[in-house]
Amino acid sequence: MVELSRSSEHLRALFDPAGVVVVGASTHPGKFGFVALHNILASGYQGSVFATNLEGETVLGVQTVPSIADLPPGPIDLAVICTPASTNQAILRACAARGIRAAFITSAGYGEAGEAGIEQQRVLIDLANELGVLVAGPNGQGLVSTPSKLCAQIVAPYPPAGNIGIASQSGNFVSSFQNWSVGSGIGVSRSVSAGNAAMVTVADYLAFYASDPATKVGLAYVEGIADGRAFANRIADVTRQMPLVLVKGGSTEGGQAAAASHTGALAANDRVFDGMCRQLGVSRARTVEEAFDAAAAFATQPLPHGPHVAVLTTAGGWGVVTSDAITEDPDLVLMPLPIDLRASIDTKLPPRWSRSNPVDLAGAETRDTIPEVMELMAAHPDVHAIVYLGIGIQSNQAKLTRAGGFFPDHGLDRIVAFHERQDARYAQAAHDLSVRYGKPILTATELAVADPSNPGPATVRATGRYCFPTANRAVTALGHLYRRSRFEQRRAGEQTR
Amino acid sequence: MPTLSESASKDLLRRFDFPLLDEREVSTPDQAVVAARELDKGNGVVAKLCGDRIAHKTERGLVRLGLRQPEAVFQAAESLLAAATADDGDVGVLIAPMLRGNRELIAGVALDPQFGKVVMFGIGGIFAEAIGDVVFRLAPISALDAQEMIEDIHAQTILGSFRGEPEIDRTKLVETLLALSAVSQLPEVVSVDINPLIVVDGKPIAVDALVEVR
Repeated sequence: MVELSRSSEHLRALFDPAGVVVVGASTHPGKFGFVALHNILASGYQGSVFATNLEGETVLGVQTVPSIADLPPGPIDLAVICTPASTNQAILRACAARGIRAAFITSAGYGEAGEAGIEQQRVLIDLANELGVLVAGPNGQGLVSTPSKLCAQIVAPYPPAGNIGIASQSGNFVSSFQNWSVGSGIGVSRSVSAGNAAMVTVADYLAFYASDPATKVGLAYVEGIADGRAFANRIADVTRQMPLVLVKGGSTEGGQAAAASHTGALAANDRVFDGMCRQLGVSRARTVEEAFDAAAAFATQPLPHGPHVAVLTTAGGWGVVTSDAITEDPDLVLMPLPIDLRASIDTKLPPRWSRSNPVDLAGAETRDTIPEVMELMAAHPDVHAIVYLGIGIQSNQAKLTRAGGFFPDHGLDRIVAFHERQDARYAQAAHDLSVRYGKPILTATELAVADPSNPGPATVRATGRYCFPTANRAVTALGHLYRRSRFEQRRAGEQTR
Repeated sequence: MPTLSESASKDLLRRFDFPLLDEREVSTPDQAVVAARELDKGNGVVAKLCGDRIAHKTERGLVRLGLRQPEAVFQAAESLLAAATADDGDVGVLIAPMLRGNRELIAGVALDPQFGKVVMFGIGGIFAEAIGDVVFRLAPISALDAQEMIEDIHAQTILGSFRGEPEIDRTKLVETLLALSAVSQLPEVVSVDINPLIVVDGKPIAVDALVEVR
């Protein structure tokens, strides 16, 4: 028999259940048993929702029953268990009797809670294996599955639908990634907090995502890894099928001390771990934001076919700093501007533009310059990727003009509309040209976070792309895209040899 | 866990075509002189005391460098054999040609508690640990892994043409790392330490090697 942690039938029951029961639903809005039920009902889940509560009270309009055995007929695949650890063995038995194939156990008091907890966890998992019930957690925050509009977690937020699959050893990292998702509009397919990962590990979830049509890129946080070889073997299967961005806590000695007291798992030697990531094509990120940026880039941009980056900027300083970042990346190349490209850009601009890479327009642009120059760059065969800077400037002035007391007189209504239209055009051009030429075009501006309603970043989001909050972060993400592309090219070559 | 003597370590590596010096273990000063005459490539020879229980030769003064005259070889071998203690067990003198190369690399195999056997490569010499410019891969490695290990070293300038010496032969280096990977797959091998892996005319050659077995 296939192990439950590898059974796609059971993992589908977890992520796409036909019905859900919240075990231990509470009438107290501060309790997990209330929040779990609330979040499931609030997110628009389409399947049947049931709940149990010892008193049989009505919670959020759901008539509860004292136990699973008392539930009315109807399909149920998933139990979200919010009860004390001591009751969970009986609950698992009742789940099995009812035909429930998956349980997410939020309860604490297991492997993270000393010798007695470790023993209790072992007994629980042995029982679950015997019953054929997949157990996620325990001591986890729950899961999200946007194809099923399911938010079975005891924390916010519920992210927009998309194709990033998240698995994390820390529930808070799930929330962090989801918060970035909400803020940027780059959506999530599945998301799970592995908790103590007593039966199903982060690698197991990722392996499921790799064969999941809804998921295009994996995003994971891990701390200690008990069996490194088993982990590496599973991860190798994942990266053969999709990009995987991974953050590992406990990379430094100080971090490792904190990790030991956190999930109770052992932290592995960081240099070895780093080498494993390189070997397996894992995009290793150092921070949460670097990880989300990379995942968002994988989710929304084509892979570059080579390392040559061209920068398009409306102002000098940004271009200089971005050039430094590209040069400092171990693999990206700040390409010299090809002579024929320079000549063709010359036809669009007066002579004061930079005439080199970065392509700095130096304020010389007129109405159509940016889309036109961007297209010349994207079309050039030597250019593999573009970083585009300066979007939103015009709309930023438009915002001040609207609020400044003179609007809409003095012709201000027309100029405001023009500015806002232009930024929207630039964002649309970046998207359209990226699609037309199959090359990544990364747009970056701090307005993505400083003023998300600015028509520049707002239109980037509307096109389904990620607007990077800084050029440096865009370049770091582009480095990940390029290394993934190289991995795919090289490993494809290796397999045919 | 026991370590093999330097010459036994090298014999093991040689079976996998690992690039090593042509060197010889002898048991008398007269044999040392004969070996030196045959092995000297123009820079003199090195004499080292060698035995299963001898690990820290430099610290104990058991390495004699740049021996050019037969008398010097004889005296060195004689004094090395006299320096052996009862604790050292069976000993011999290892005679090897002296090499000239400015660049020292490091390569090895280790047993990681989480990931099992791993192959290492990096910048070697006495500052290897202080510099820490080394990379690991899970063993066994492919030729592509080996190539990428070499690419991952930060000090790429050291691998290029350097102070009048030619660029390092990356194909040879890849072969060297693959040989090490093959050694790592022997069940009895726990670790291999090759420091320095010296670069002579662009080609890597192991000057010292220590294999730990279970």
